[in-house]
Amino acid sequence: MSEAALPAAEQKAGPPKQETPFARFVSEYCESPVAVASFVVVVLIVSVALLAPWISPQNPYDLAQLDIMDGRQAPGTKSLEGITFWLGSDDQGRDMLSGIMYGLRISLAVGVGSAAIACVIGTALGLIAAFAGGKVDGGIMRLVDLQLSFPAILVALMILAFLGKGVMNVMLALVIVEWATFARTARSAALVEARREYMEAARCLALPKWRLVFRHMLPNCMPPIIVIGTIMVARAISLEATLSFLGLGVPITEPSLGLLIANGYQYMLSGKYWITFYPGIALLVTIMAINLVGDQMRDVLNPRLKR
Amino acid sequence: MSELTLDVQGLSTHFFTRAGVVKAVDGISFSVSRGRVLGLVGESGSGKSVTGFSLIGLVDAPGRITAGKILFQGRDLTKLDERALRDLRGNRIAMIFQDPMITLNPVLRIDTQMIETVQAHDNVSREEARTRSRDALGMVGIPSPDERLTSYPHQFSGGMRQRVAIAIALLHRPDLIIADEPTTALDVTIQAQILAEVQKLTREVGTALIWITHDLSVIAGLADDIAVMYAGRIVETGQVEEVLDRPLHPYTHGLIGSVPSRNARGTRLRQIPGMTPSLLNLGEGCAFRTRCARASAACERDPQDTHPMAGRTLRCFHPQLEVTT
Amino acid sequence: MSATVPDNAAASGRGSGGAASAAPVIELRGISKRFGTTLDAAARMAQGLKRAMGGTVPATVGRAVDCVDLTVRRGEVVGLVGESGCGKSTLGRMVAGIMPPSDGTVLFEGRDIRTFNAEATRQAKLKVQMIFQDPYASLNPRMRVEEIVGEAPRVHRLIGPEGYDAYVDAQFRRAGLDPAYKRRYPHQFSGGQRQRIGIARALAVQPEFLVCDEAVAALDVSIQAQILNLFMDLREQLDLTYLFISHDLGVVEHLSDRVAIMYLGRIVEEAPAEEIFARPNHPYTQALLAEVPRIDTRKRQFTAIKGEIPSPINPPSGCQFHPRCPEAMAVCREQAPALVGVAPGHRSACHLNGV
Repeated sequence: MSEAALPAAEQKAGPPKQETPFARFVSEYCESPVAVASFVVVVLIVSVALLAPWISPQNPYDLAQLDIMDGRQAPGTKSLEGITFWLGSDDQGRDMLSGIMYGLRISLAVGVGSAAIACVIGTALGLIAAFAGGKVDGGIMRLVDLQLSFPAILVALMILAFLGKGVMNVMLALVIVEWATFARTARSAALVEARREYMEAARCLALPKWRLVFRHMLPNCMPPIIVIGTIMVARAISLEATLSFLGLGVPITEPSLGLLIANGYQYMLSGKYWITFYPGIALLVTIMAINLVGDQMRDVLNPRLKR
Repeated sequence: MSELTLDVQGLSTHFFTRAGVVKAVDGISFSVSRGRVLGLVGESGSGKSVTGFSLIGLVDAPGRITAGKILFQGRDLTKLDERALRDLRGNRIAMIFQDPMITLNPVLRIDTQMIETVQAHDNVSREEARTRSRDALGMVGIPSPDERLTSYPHQFSGGMRQRVAIAIALLHRPDLIIADEPTTALDVTIQAQILAEVQKLTREVGTALIWITHDLSVIAGLADDIAVMYAGRIVETGQVEEVLDRPLHPYTHGLIGSVPSRNARGTRLRQIPGMTPSLLNLGEGCAFRTRCARASAACERDPQDTHPMAGRTLRCFHPQLEVTT
Repeated sequence: MSATVPDNAAASGRGSGGAASAAPVIELRGISKRFGTTLDAAARMAQGLKRAMGGTVPATVGRAVDCVDLTVRRGEVVGLVGESGCGKSTLGRMVAGIMPPSDGTVLFEGRDIRTFNAEATRQAKLKVQMIFQDPYASLNPRMRVEEIVGEAPRVHRLIGPEGYDAYVDAQFRRAGLDPAYKRRYPHQFSGGQRQRIGIARALAVQPEFLVCDEAVAALDVSIQAQILNLFMDLREQLDLTYLFISHDLGVVEHLSDRVAIMYLGRIVEEAPAEEIFARPNHPYTQALLAEVPRIDTRKRQFTAIKGEIPSPINPPSGCQFHPRCPEAMAVCREQAPALVGVAPGHRSACHLNGV
């Protein structure tokens, strides 16, 4: 006798619609115009980076296309081949706009890639620590504490000084710097979730442990991890730019935004500001947009259970 | 005859949400006299808490009072500005919440908070305020109030915290106290203690008390008058003995009947079928008609308040006039 | 041993009576649960230092449950009553197998669960299921309710992929829900409906024993009546045994065959339901019954029992109730009273009985 069945349709407002948690998240996210704008900017930046080989006016690393006579041209001037340097050219004659597009590719690849790897490693370790407890938990957390007590830039510098330059080495250094934050976040979320009644219910049902952790606990720990993830991407991009600026990051053949900024730095005070300025703006906008997206996600994903 | 401390006429509080207009409180009227206890009874979604907040002016956006008058000692509270309301709040009208930590600041000592409350409305010295605070704590039955004044909220147990919250409410000897489920989260023995204190106080101080709860048993023991709420409307009012012995509205009838002690042991409890309707699309007519065994075509129209007997109001086309066993 | 429980099954319309002669499903002997912070090396050194300098160190370990004996027989409903800190929820979790006891033995169908291998443990766990208090927290917010109910039977191979849909639908209907809504998420249901989903989830693994931990406390009175009726119906249909944990004496009185009253981790009184409500022996039980608001009493004088509920970390000595007991004697402070029989089937732990 389903007395409860009758008003189930009346219970929820309007026609019975299938509102998944994701749909709810999207509609709440879009409540802030700034967040929507930031998201659009992020999508634009990622698209530009992905499509760079097709939409950039020039391939800045094809030496055949460069002419040193084109060097240090102001924004708006035409090159000897007839391409317009919309953002000027650097000392080698490379189009700044193309350079920025390609630079974004490297910056984003390194930033997102290292954050993703660090997320997987850190989250796994954090969940294991929370679930296992005891000495395992203590051990992993001391490692995290050790990691986080050093300034990120210092650790990265030490690793790179040891390993040498190169994209892969930079990514490795960034992963080593970033995993600890993910581990700590995942562990605190898991500690809260592990005590919740639905986890007790799952244990009562004699489900295997791996199922408890990955099927039941992990999806509920995701919100803070996603938020930290976006912020860590921004941080990784910024860190990589710093390393490249200092000359310890990516090689000159695959310059990221940081390296572009470094290259142009010497020309700042001689009037040829565009060589360093526009890559700087690109970096700033990228990081800010990602951070704003992360901010709004954090606000939306805040546990507001009774809505 | 005691004068009316509070006279609510046709109060409506609506919430304007993205999903639609939620008529949390829809045209209710009731009154409380000096020194008497009114029990405002309802289940979740009935609008009883929103009523309490509306009286004291604490309804947050997207909600607001859309209609009606709240006459407190003759003054209409809905017409007052925020400043005037602030003068009254904590001073002549006080509120006690279900969670005492809504009232208490966890990082301040009790004496700091109480002295601040005293000095907010009375221009007295710190020592004077402290003495009043200590007396208030004694009034609610907290042992060694001088020592406990210097404690922090987390050093008290749940029941003690609620007493402190009640003491704060009493600091200015208000004329009206609105209590929103203050003992729901407390154990039976602690609840009994608090009910004993509250009874004593209303007798001694003469405060009018509105006790909001879902627990009919508490109201049976504590209140003089009762108002039953359902889906934002008051369906029945009257004196407690009258309403509980001879409920007229089918909802009240069903509510009393579903209490386990009213059913023979081991038998199926008499239950009200179905569930409270969503406040977003109540539609026209009596809100209870989808669950009412006595509903008819007449119930498609909104029932208005009637007075079937002296001292009773009722919103129903088909009251149960038989006596319940 | 307890004598025959008055067989009022016929009068109250219940199913199989004669619970007294049925075999015990769960037996708890001397069960205790300690809790508290275990200190690490640094904290222990600090404490040692403080003690060496003459200071007192506060206790950090307490007993949520203190040496409890409880037997639940097949087909009966045992009500477990107490206020906060009495350990009833902890005891319920130990019965359900999701919290291991610190001391004592748990016997499931007569066998010590510590002797069980992995397979036997799994079987025993499935036979004892739990219904939780908070309908909002006890369902995984990120799983569809179909998955919530159907996951365990599928994982434990109680049903194959062909019969899955029909099985899940049947569970929903049995708990009073419309299977058309099974693809929804928990937040789209009301409190009462969520509690029904929790019941469906428990029933899906075909249990014999249900531990209801304040299962109706968070529900409105009218929904509470529906859920309690559901419990009673299921008891008849499926021959279930219940351990019903609640602080609400009215509900417990209505539903239970036997009632045990707990205070600060110990059982202070245990008797058939009618007996305990008609002739309460222990002063705490008497106080509880006197202080419970009843709908039939009007404008009563609330005379409160004095004192606060003590913390389980620092319980009073001897009989733990003595600081609040109106009839405390000198012996009550020194010696904890044993749970002894005072009438057929009725046990109470109070020195007043020995006088």
